[in-house]
Amino acid sequence: MSTLVNVKNLSVSYFTYAGEVQSVRGISFDIEKGKTTALVGESGCGKSVTSKSLLGLIEKPGVIKEGSQIFYEGKNILEFKDKEWFAFRGKECSMIFQDALVSLNPTMMVGKQIMENLQNHNDAHLSQSEIQKRAQEMLDLVGIPDSHACMNKYPHELSGGMRQRVMIATALITNPKLLIADEPTTALDVTIQAQILELMKQLQKKLGMAIIMITHDLGVVADIADEIVVMYAGKIVERGSNEEIFYNPRHPYTWALMNSVPRLDLDNKQELVTIEGSIPDMINPPKSCAFCSRCPYAMNICAEYEPETVDLGNGHQVACWLTDPRADITGVPFHTGGGKHE
Amino acid sequence: MNNRPVELEVTNLCKYYNAGRKRVLKAVDDISFVIHKGETLGIVGESGCGKTTCGKTCIGMLQPTSGQVKYQGKDVHHLTKKERFDFSGKVQMIFQDPYASLDPHQKVYDIVAEGIRIHKLAQTKEEEERMVLELLDMVGLNSEHAMRNVHEFSGGQRQRIGIARALAVNPEFLFCDEPISALDVSIQAQIINLLMKLQKEKDLTMLFIAHDLSMVKHISDRIAVMYLGNMVELSPSSDLYRKPLHPYTEALLSAVPIADPKASRERKKIMLTGDVPSPVNPPAGCRFSGRCSRCTDICLNKRPELKEIEPGHFVACHLYNNL
Amino acid sequence: MENKIVIHENSFQRMEKKPKELGTVYHRSLWKDIVNEIKSNPVAVFAVIFLIIIIIAALLAPLSPYDPNKLDLANKFAAPSSEHFFGCDAYGRDYFTRALYGGRVSLLVGFCAMLVTVFIGTTIGIFSGYIGGKLDMLLMRFTDIFLALPSMLLMIVLNTILKPGMVTLILVLSLFSWASVARITRAETMSLKERDFVIASKNLGAGSVLIAVKHILPNILGPVIVAASLGVASAILTESSLSFLGLGISIPHASWGSMLQEAQTYILDKPLLAVYPGLLILLTVLSFNILGDVLRSALEPKIVK
Repeated sequence: MSTLVNVKNLSVSYFTYAGEVQSVRGISFDIEKGKTTALVGESGCGKSVTSKSLLGLIEKPGVIKEGSQIFYEGKNILEFKDKEWFAFRGKECSMIFQDALVSLNPTMMVGKQIMENLQNHNDAHLSQSEIQKRAQEMLDLVGIPDSHACMNKYPHELSGGMRQRVMIATALITNPKLLIADEPTTALDVTIQAQILELMKQLQKKLGMAIIMITHDLGVVADIADEIVVMYAGKIVERGSNEEIFYNPRHPYTWALMNSVPRLDLDNKQELVTIEGSIPDMINPPKSCAFCSRCPYAMNICAEYEPETVDLGNGHQVACWLTDPRADITGVPFHTGGGKHE
Repeated sequence: MNNRPVELEVTNLCKYYNAGRKRVLKAVDDISFVIHKGETLGIVGESGCGKTTCGKTCIGMLQPTSGQVKYQGKDVHHLTKKERFDFSGKVQMIFQDPYASLDPHQKVYDIVAEGIRIHKLAQTKEEEERMVLELLDMVGLNSEHAMRNVHEFSGGQRQRIGIARALAVNPEFLFCDEPISALDVSIQAQIINLLMKLQKEKDLTMLFIAHDLSMVKHISDRIAVMYLGNMVELSPSSDLYRKPLHPYTEALLSAVPIADPKASRERKKIMLTGDVPSPVNPPAGCRFSGRCSRCTDICLNKRPELKEIEPGHFVACHLYNNL
Repeated sequence: MENKIVIHENSFQRMEKKPKELGTVYHRSLWKDIVNEIKSNPVAVFAVIFLIIIIIAALLAPLSPYDPNKLDLANKFAAPSSEHFFGCDAYGRDYFTRALYGGRVSLLVGFCAMLVTVFIGTTIGIFSGYIGGKLDMLLMRFTDIFLALPSMLLMIVLNTILKPGMVTLILVLSLFSWASVARITRAETMSLKERDFVIASKNLGAGSVLIAVKHILPNILGPVIVAASLGVASAILTESSLSFLGLGISIPHASWGSMLQEAQTYILDKPLLAVYPGLLILLTVLSFNILGDVLRSALEPKIVK
């Protein structure tokens, strides 16, 4: 497998009147070609900011801090000039958003909007009619019935699911290698969500793009992701393959997240696992483990030092003191890899 | 089966809206069900299926176009002023948006105390204070929170304040309108646990509306599935997943993602094609006929009635006509 | 790693969870909020100090050794000096004393007219917005009529018909300015009554009056205060215009407006006579506007993270 994007030590801060909000604090991860990576975490954990950095969309008062690097096929995109960004965005890397109604231009016909993206990146010097043909093919590809009629419709004439399909068509018409999907199904009903997820999987098979999926819905993650990156308070607490994270979580936050949602296919009325408290203040984030104040298994050291990221093999990495062999793991309901397990 | 007395009885409830140009939006169309004392009934369905309208009409916030809602034997929509006031002490609501549902200009104390003051439940200032602190304690907040302003609280804490406010008048019936959909995943579980605990302690009857099927299944004793203003299935919550009868329920359940990669992969998925039709011009006959894979001629013309197929398990579908 | 990890014997012991400290309870008091808001804004500090000085000075006007209305032709057009701070006007009256007495009239008219305006406007606005239906339509058409009237013209007519005096002036001024306040409060009330917290209160059995007083009024206070501060300013200005046209306070009593009017005769020779009252009006109106803005932001629930 070859790496498409390599994020190294990315830090992003927003300078507000109240102080420096450290949204992302030194994260590193890779995205493989043609794979789906899910960024998971609560709101405010920095997952959207991370994806915006990949597209150079961090605007004042946000600043990507010194020492951050994002390599896209070997080039550090953070050193891009405006012109290079224009060539990059929409061509190499596209984004789809939660709310298609807001993201599409309400006064422009759907066909025009899809074509616009290709016109901006018309490297092959296609003629107008060829572009139009491509746009209609794209609409067919995303499963819109009667694509010809749809070209001449306005976004408000389409249903939520159809709009999301149009947005996907717009994003993919340039054949990008990376698609960033920011909560693409959150605003949709479950039956429509299932359709869109299925569509994304099919398109990935056909077009081979890598997908970064930002979501808080673990069900969606289980369904679509190959790799999972769990973020908390601007840091990556755990990452690994889909099955590793779901069946062998090593971080108490990941574990609690997995067990806080009731399972539809299981019949138990036990109390759900909760995570007490709330996320720390990102203006003054703790120097130690950020989850320590909410962690039921926190040890003294957790409040003193930040845990280092430990590699457990198979690409499974975790940053938690419980993985230390000296850790007190009595009562910890999952396998930590540290302490003495019977 | 639940043999406790019926708390809420809904018969042939309809709520239509004028959609302009002589068109009628049938938000709720001929729904009947009962809720027994101490039971939680969950209503699920996609947006626009009329679940919130149904709930609001049930507790008298909206006037029905036709049909009747009886709470403890009394017609909710034809109460005298005195009865209406008593009703407000028995039936309370938890709102969806924890930010919009609390007055930004009030202190937590005043918000929780409002019901106590209106219903004159406390004789003295000290008694009122004690009651408010008890309520805050019950929802997991403490006395130090009382004198704070609501804008200092997070979404989850605000929802707790909203619950304390509703409980202040010692209600017997709680209508929860998507109480968790605006909250973060880690907070949702807290609120659900709290509601379940309170229900057990106070023997509350609940009507719980949400679009998150797994949460509804977790909290409810029975689940009603709505589609385009109609109730298509009503069953004990464990039966519904194990044995969905209506094709729509089946599709809906299979569309809910399961947070387990293996189970998710192995599961049979039924993809519905198309979107929910507009409630302004719903299909004649069965509302689901246009998207149903097992649609027959009768489905296009005749509306199926909600029938009890198994004990406690009701379904409105022509597939079960011969049973 | 720049910081070395020091392991001590308790490092790997389970942490004792202390109950979370809540910090100091923030007793929200309106007064404190307002003071803090003013303190954080240097312009507002100036505005408040200026208004306090002006009000105190106007109150202390009788301490001045001069009679504001007594003619003293010997001092006609006297230049500003240590005896006459602002000099004297065409009739030798001490201009500073006249400015103080004029301030009394202008401030009183401005303030009272604002109070009456806000009271009528808010009451009608809340009624109209909360009750809605036919009453709303009726009240709003009535309001529209007042908004559509050529107010200046009618004010001039009314002022000539009615007995001139401060009370007449105040009533006439408020009569033509409540309508816009009513419009603002109605719109705010309409949006508030659909909000969940109002519905929650209704569900608890609260009556309309309680909801209007407890939930609607505090939440429309912000825009009302802005309207009020603008109201003071516009009342002072309108009073000035009316006096300027010779229709306000009767001669020989002074108001800042009437002083301006008298000064216009000599505007080319003695521009200072126009500058003093003009500057006082300008600064007072400006200060009231700034104060209104500060009050509004002090009343807004702040998002404290």
